[in-house]
Amino acid sequence: MGRSTKKGPYVCASLLEKVQRAKRGDSREIKTWSRTSMVTPEMVGLIIRVHNGKLHLPVSIVENMVGHKLGEFAPTRTFRSHGGMKKKKAAGLT
Amino acid sequence: MARIAGVNLPSNKRIEIALTYVYGIGRPRAVDIIAKTGISPEVRVKDLTENEVASLRREVEQFVVEGDLRRRVASSIQRLKDINSYRGLRHKKRLPVRGQRTRANARTWKGPRPSKAGKKR
Repeated sequence: MGRSTKKGPYVCASLLEKVQRAKRGDSREIKTWSRTSMVTPEMVGLIIRVHNGKLHLPVSIVENMVGHKLGEFAPTRTFRSHGGMKKKKAAGLT
Repeated sequence: MARIAGVNLPSNKRIEIALTYVYGIGRPRAVDIIAKTGISPEVRVKDLTENEVASLRREVEQFVVEGDLRRRVASSIQRLKDINSYRGLRHKKRLPVRGQRTRANARTWKGPRPSKAGKKR
């Protein structure tokens, strides 16, 4: 179920503050851990570094992202391909 | 032989069913459309009068169907891909988008199973 529209989009208070500060032009990138925060129109054009559990991945916000949550743009898992038999043999022999 | 929303030529089925041959119209919408036009759902498509076909066509036009709908769906998927959202990435990798497990199953997206090398006979 979605969030009630009455409340408006959720944006972490500290992130909101940082966004406003950045809008006035004193910082280029914003670091945040708040993956659940919604992308608001004010964030468009900024670079937000979103935590993925390990690093802060830079996400440059474009207009299409409004309404999505920050976490959607910072994948938390890395997939290192499965090795088939061929690959394993090649790795073992050489 | 009724032609509704472009290329769709339903057969000698009941209109209720025949309408669902249009991409974007399922059973509920078909039933709604028929109710609005006042045609009985039991009528076969071949028994429809010209007027009835015209009124059906008018009602179907209220919805986004066929090519327009396909284009709309494709463009919203493209949007997800372009912004590199998690759902977009899943689409790109042709894996389930809505959080289903992929350890087993997920064959619709992944396609037929690759043959296993060391399989017992």
